[in-house]
Amino acid sequence: MSTTRTPLTPAVAIVGGGPAGLRAAAELAPAVPGRVLVLERERDAGGIPRHCGHTGFGVRDLHRVLTGPAYARRMVRGAERAGAEIRTGAMVTGWSPGGGLEVTAPDGLFEVRADAVVLATGARERPRTARLIPGDRPDGVYTTGHLQNLVHLHHRRPGRRAVVVGSELVSWSAVLTLREAGCRTVLMTTERPRGEAYAMLPLAGRAGLRVPLRTRTRVTRIIGKGRVEAVQIEDTGSGRRWNVPCDTVVFTGDWIPDNELARSAGIDLSPGTLGPAVDGELRTSRPGVFAAGNMLHPVDTADIAALDGAHVARTVLDHLAGRTVPGDGVRIVAGAPLRWISPATYRPGERGPARGRLLAWTDEYVPFPRVVVAQDGRTIAERRLPWPAAPGRVFRVPSGMLDGVRPGAGDVHVSLR
Amino acid sequence: MTTARTTPVADVAVIGAGVVGSAIARALSAHRLDVVLLDARADVGDGTSKANTAILHTGFDASPGTLEARLVARGYHLLKEYADRTGIPYEPTGALLVAWDDEQLAALPGLKEKAERNGYTEAVIVGPDEVYRQVPSLGPGALGGLTVPGESIICTWTATLALATEAVRRGTRLLRSHRVESVTPGPDATVLHTSRGDVSARWVVNAAGLGGDVLDAMFGYDRFHLHPRRGELLVYDKQARPLVDRIVLPVPSKLGKGVLISPTIYGNVMLGPTAEDMTDRTDTSTTEDGYAFLLDRGERIMPSLLREEVTATYAGLRAASDASDYTIEVDAAQRYAVGGGIRSTGLTAGMAVAEYLLGLLGEAGLELRERTDLPDPPRMPNIGEAFPRPYADAERIAADPEYGTVVCFCERVTRGEIRDALSSTIPPCDMDGLRRRTRAMNGRCQGFYCGANVTGMLERALGTADEEGER
Repeated sequence: MSTTRTPLTPAVAIVGGGPAGLRAAAELAPAVPGRVLVLERERDAGGIPRHCGHTGFGVRDLHRVLTGPAYARRMVRGAERAGAEIRTGAMVTGWSPGGGLEVTAPDGLFEVRADAVVLATGARERPRTARLIPGDRPDGVYTTGHLQNLVHLHHRRPGRRAVVVGSELVSWSAVLTLREAGCRTVLMTTERPRGEAYAMLPLAGRAGLRVPLRTRTRVTRIIGKGRVEAVQIEDTGSGRRWNVPCDTVVFTGDWIPDNELARSAGIDLSPGTLGPAVDGELRTSRPGVFAAGNMLHPVDTADIAALDGAHVARTVLDHLAGRTVPGDGVRIVAGAPLRWISPATYRPGERGPARGRLLAWTDEYVPFPRVVVAQDGRTIAERRLPWPAAPGRVFRVPSGMLDGVRPGAGDVHVSLR
Repeated sequence: MTTARTTPVADVAVIGAGVVGSAIARALSAHRLDVVLLDARADVGDGTSKANTAILHTGFDASPGTLEARLVARGYHLLKEYADRTGIPYEPTGALLVAWDDEQLAALPGLKEKAERNGYTEAVIVGPDEVYRQVPSLGPGALGGLTVPGESIICTWTATLALATEAVRRGTRLLRSHRVESVTPGPDATVLHTSRGDVSARWVVNAAGLGGDVLDAMFGYDRFHLHPRRGELLVYDKQARPLVDRIVLPVPSKLGKGVLISPTIYGNVMLGPTAEDMTDRTDTSTTEDGYAFLLDRGERIMPSLLREEVTATYAGLRAASDASDYTIEVDAAQRYAVGGGIRSTGLTAGMAVAEYLLGLLGEAGLELRERTDLPDPPRMPNIGEAFPRPYADAERIAADPEYGTVVCFCERVTRGEIRDALSSTIPPCDMDGLRRRTRAMNGRCQGFYCGANVTGMLERALGTADEEGER
């Protein structure tokens, strides 16, 4: 038994080799004198896009349309060509007493002591257990991530008849994967009054996906010994319950950041996202530790995560150059119907968030949202946006609406009217 | 219909490979006996033994003077010592009984006195300040408590597996998926008609857990009746672990034992169990009512726990008996023994039950000649958090990089551990079996990241086993 760790001292350590981490690495590697090390626990870097079979990746960051796996490969190549070192199969298991990262890899135990750490660990879907869905505990119950791993990376087949829980963008992604694997989606269930994300899909995709969507319903029980046999569905209006025979259940959406490292470091979390509370330049509450990607806004598309990576790179360079942090920030608080808003802090004078957009999540569909920004009881900005706020996808708010925020005047409240 | 079998008549057949049956088979196979251990399910410890509160009890609250009290107290020492030798993970966390109302507060002196009558003298009554000093995260309103420093948490999965593994290494023939459907007594041997053919043995030991009374009836008895009592449990995320470092027990009342909050040996926090009397002996489903009940209780005991994420939910069936004590008896004429009505205390008492039962069997005429050629006890993989696991052991990784290859990220389970489990003395037959041996897929993501990979490893191993005819 030995716990001796080999020290590694890169200039920057990036935890997570998904779109955010890889893009940050690609930006930083040519710009810093020391090494840029990406720690990826999976066998291959690339993150979630690795197992997203469908197209639509790379639009905002690479200005082209790629499939998930092609996008993932391109991001890996980009980081490698820029000179970043990507260690795969390397899992960060915690923080060392000295503040370094403890890493387990096939070639041993390491302690990574970097001048800057970027957390880019992404987000995952809450499984059935965390959603407290009672019943039997048979095989055949998945999250989208599990399902897509199974189908696209391991070339396995789920069952023949699936019930998909949720009607977000990711839910339709699950339907596509199921279809590709020869599994029919017999029901899509959502507690919401409408299947919002459906309207966002291109018409071509819509025509091919004939999926019965039941709004205002929920899963109240999973039935089956060994393998799923049925789910019990409840009409939340009438309370009526019935069984839907199926052999596969996919729980989609309901994201939670992989926040273990952030929390164990004592970094402040945003109560809405449960990811690190960052400012517009993606600093966490711990000096020298930064965060990027979907752990901050669970979840947006991969290209937005990657653009976070580019954004955080500039802040890391400022940190390495010894530039001082702009003055004290004020908290940005999401008000109804917004569940969360990211970043969580605004520092007057900072560059502001990536693409000049605050990212938010709404619990209600608002077709013509009027965004209201208030501080100290006063409305400081109000603007009608030309795009709807829809549950299940990120709602974008121009960060210029924060220009009137005054330091020291208390929390900034952002809500919809 | 019976099929001719070439297997010889065993000296003893033990029915039920839970913690009690495995302990009995292990103890028997320390003697010159041909022992066969049968279980209806596909794995050892797959009934009551797998889904309980996993506490190594001092026996402080048993009914003084009962066989159960005696065997729990004895079993506590036996299992603890065995755990040290074999590496079954356990942590001496201690327990704190918390009184939330005057009735419960008034019950504490009686409980302390009862503990003393059970030979346990370390329990101490404490006031509310000390209660909150010990567990600051408790909700408001605690009036006092009783400390039981000897209570420990233990890995119930590894405990059963260690006993069964040692039994097998000592020569016990383990027959899984062999449900005993009927029995035919004979002058020299009893034939057990199982779902996979007949098994004959001179002596039969009934350690069938929840099925114990049904089997007992096949031997003509009507001395105890069991029904399943379902206990649902919520397991919270490891991030909740700093909230509680010891077992927080309720004060038992007329309404039952109540709900506890306990750290788990795997670094989580557990809330439960419910206690629901059932008729179906296979229904281990969880329920809306069960969850609602636990959340309601949890909100009072430790509101901050409920702000954390739930990692897993379980339900176990424990055997509730109409007899107030264990039924451990031997019928010399039929060469038949029973260990029945052994409730959740069986995890702690199992080895003492085996010791006691062997004594009875010897008196009844079973020849017990000790072997001198016993193999060393097994060294079980550590799947607990009290000691370093392979992912944090530089030496092991240097010797074998598979221990540095983390496959299940949430639980930090390595490829090497999964490989070892798949080629162990009693390999798993399904995903649940692999989970119990390694913790793989038991974490907060429940397979989001690793599910496809881990099930792939299992399927490849089972495919190989099929080809080799090992299953």
